[in-house]
Amino acid sequence: MTTALASRPQHRRPEPARQSSPLTGTLGLLRLYARRDRVVLPLWVLLLSVPLASVYVASVEKAYPAVAQRSAFAASVLASPAQRALYGNIYNDSLGATALWKAGAFHALIGVAVILTVIRHTRADEETGRTELLDSTAVGRYAGLTAALLLTFGASILTGVIGVGGLLTTELPRAGSLAFGAALAASGLVFAAAAAVAAQLSTGARTARGMAFAALGTAFALRAIGDAGNGVLSWFSPLGWALQVRPYAQERWWVLVLPTATAVVLVAVAYTLRSRRDIGSGLLAERPGAAAASRSLSGPFALAWRLQRGSLLAWTVGLCLYALLAGSVVHGVGDQISGSSLAREIVNRLGGTDALEAAFVAISFSLLGIGAAAQAISASLRLHSEENAARAETLLAGSVGRSRWAASHLAFAVIGTTTALLASGLIAGLAYGIAAGDVGGKLPGTLAAAAVQLPSVWLLAAITLALFGLIPRFTAVAWGVFVAFIAVYFLGTVSGVSQWVLDLTPFAHVPRVPGEAFRPTPLLWLLGIDITLVLAGLAAFRRRDLR
Amino acid sequence: MTVVIDVRDLHKRFGRVHALDGLDLQVNEGEIHGFLGPNGAGKSTTIRVLLGILRATSGSALLFGRDPWRDAVSLHREIAYVPGDVTLWPSLTGGETIDLLARMRGGIDQSRREELIERFDLDPAKKARTYSKGNRQKVSLISALSSRARLLLLDEPSSGLDPLMENVFRQCVTEARDRGVTVLLSSHVLAETEALCQRVTIIRAGRTVESGTLESMRHLSRTSIKAELLGDPGDLSRIPGIGDITVDGNVVQAEVDAAGLGELIRVLSDAGVRSLVSQPPTLEELFLRHYRVTDGQRAATRVRT
Repeated sequence: MTTALASRPQHRRPEPARQSSPLTGTLGLLRLYARRDRVVLPLWVLLLSVPLASVYVASVEKAYPAVAQRSAFAASVLASPAQRALYGNIYNDSLGATALWKAGAFHALIGVAVILTVIRHTRADEETGRTELLDSTAVGRYAGLTAALLLTFGASILTGVIGVGGLLTTELPRAGSLAFGAALAASGLVFAAAAAVAAQLSTGARTARGMAFAALGTAFALRAIGDAGNGVLSWFSPLGWALQVRPYAQERWWVLVLPTATAVVLVAVAYTLRSRRDIGSGLLAERPGAAAASRSLSGPFALAWRLQRGSLLAWTVGLCLYALLAGSVVHGVGDQISGSSLAREIVNRLGGTDALEAAFVAISFSLLGIGAAAQAISASLRLHSEENAARAETLLAGSVGRSRWAASHLAFAVIGTTTALLASGLIAGLAYGIAAGDVGGKLPGTLAAAAVQLPSVWLLAAITLALFGLIPRFTAVAWGVFVAFIAVYFLGTVSGVSQWVLDLTPFAHVPRVPGEAFRPTPLLWLLGIDITLVLAGLAAFRRRDLR
Repeated sequence: MTVVIDVRDLHKRFGRVHALDGLDLQVNEGEIHGFLGPNGAGKSTTIRVLLGILRATSGSALLFGRDPWRDAVSLHREIAYVPGDVTLWPSLTGGETIDLLARMRGGIDQSRREELIERFDLDPAKKARTYSKGNRQKVSLISALSSRARLLLLDEPSSGLDPLMENVFRQCVTEARDRGVTVLLSSHVLAETEALCQRVTIIRAGRTVESGTLESMRHLSRTSIKAELLGDPGDLSRIPGIGDITVDGNVVQAEVDAAGLGELIRVLSDAGVRSLVSQPPTLEELFLRHYRVTDGQRAATRVRT
């Protein structure tokens, strides 16, 4: 970072009294960004810090007051690879370790928040040309990036501080509380820095966001599969490091070096990349393309395919890689827990190792479903970005009906997610089947686990389309709905949240296939809601003015 | 003569803002019709209503006798539209965009496409991401002009073109008219309007203030007269249609409309003329008179774009 700064030639402004550096204007931009983010940023800071003490600790204290109850709870977690994949390991049966076990998901959630914040203030601004306007004023070359990082780093650290503050009011050991807060802030730093790199690499905010989320998804997959298995893969993941700090279980402070060092390296990479490229461009130069359109490039569907095929491929490959990883460790997840007799007893009560494997498959595809839901939103939001860029106007001035145009992108949200999920189901099933020596027995169940996710995945596309038709200004709120769904899904059961709140998320209604019995009713309900929302969105879009 | 665009008493409201407030516009088949007005007068809004992209609040707008909101899809086979601010798909090349858009209209004339690419000096193999504003405009223009559309809706189409390309653009529009294509040309370039348009419509604050041939508008406008006289012309203000009279010694200046011009000349020559300068109204004056807006009106006409 420092070398990049030093290598930059200094431009002097006419008046000698005021020196300018590549960082000139950082504070002004910081104020601007803070102003633009004055609602959303405080919201996520509070949501990711206050509930730690007030919800998590309070509810576990109430639910499991006695040590014996907590150790039974800890053992049941350890006995279930699926639970460990979702939230990580429990390292002892202390109040702190058990209470904040589920809050392990916070490390991924803060990752989502910081990625969206950093990209919003860097690449998204550059794409719309706002950066160019700002850069024409007395603003240094690194000011924008620096201000975006300062804002996000500050918010991450604040999240940690507020979280620790809350935890210190409980009777939990201070050291553990401090360790949890530090790990949470460090997770924010790592993914903010990763987003800063992604913002330099691509030319579009969509791609940058996709790359950063791919990094987060990979970190989650490595941590999930590592924690469900022998733990090795977890050490390759920032989300794994955050849990390896082991708050309230002989804190390992040195682990905090890993995310901090990674963040420093990533920030340095981001600054170096920034110094080597022009505003508005990425690092890859444009190559010339076809001088005339091929015969097939005709009509809205062909155009949508052309615009969406890249991200469709990326999503499919990403989900399939995760499925391959998950599928190859399923067989044998049950064997990892031969440790305590209590654990074995629980395993037997749960239905033996086969049932554990089935539950692990179900949870793995539940997570894949969340990934595919993000894909569904991203694909449907094309409608919104095309309209905002006035390209929809150009297209609809041609002989193209509105419904047909909307359907062209919606198709990618529906067919694209179906392809991605079924392909990952196939791959996971094959990997699992080959490992177990029983492809015919394992493949159908795994494919079914993938297929049952589809109605709830489509729901996110349907919500996006409904917003697009009915309240186009707020189409991007679809991401907010998505984040709320995952938050409720993860924060779920232990925290003492009422059942009706949990029922609000579509993921809660997906039958846990294989393992549990298949219930078609909730899926049919979801499908009905999907269709209703899509029809409402289309009808409204046909009646409204283009923006 | 067939009326291709027939807009009567058109209103469009965005919330509390009246973008269009009783607009009238008639464009005949085969003419190039100038559509003029200050920024925010409602030109783009009118064109977007004509495209069925916006829905009129009240009044009627017909294209080829059909409703552009209801028959948008079939009407658009006959129409090619060039927006004022062209945005293209960054990952498509210029050539691909030209074809794609033309295919979604009535189809493309292949030989004219090649010819226009040549004349506009466009590199069709470049990605749209790398084009300048002028080049993006060329892509949109080539696609529109090489399509088989019967009506061109051009919204300030030459704003990004250099003078050489502006010249090519004028030729192409004239050629389109010669093929029988009707053109609605919204423009700020008065020289362009004067060179291309037979008739113009001037709007202000969402309302039509003047419509007709340029000749007739000139006619309606006042000629300015400056004369050095030998004797006293008497009271000039009794001449109908005269204004802005100033007398400085034996130099008289006045503005007079066409109806009073003969009378004024007769009175002046009776008084004895030493020198006489007569200036016909320039287009600038004509437009400035219509464009001049008070602050209050300006606030009322602010529209979303």
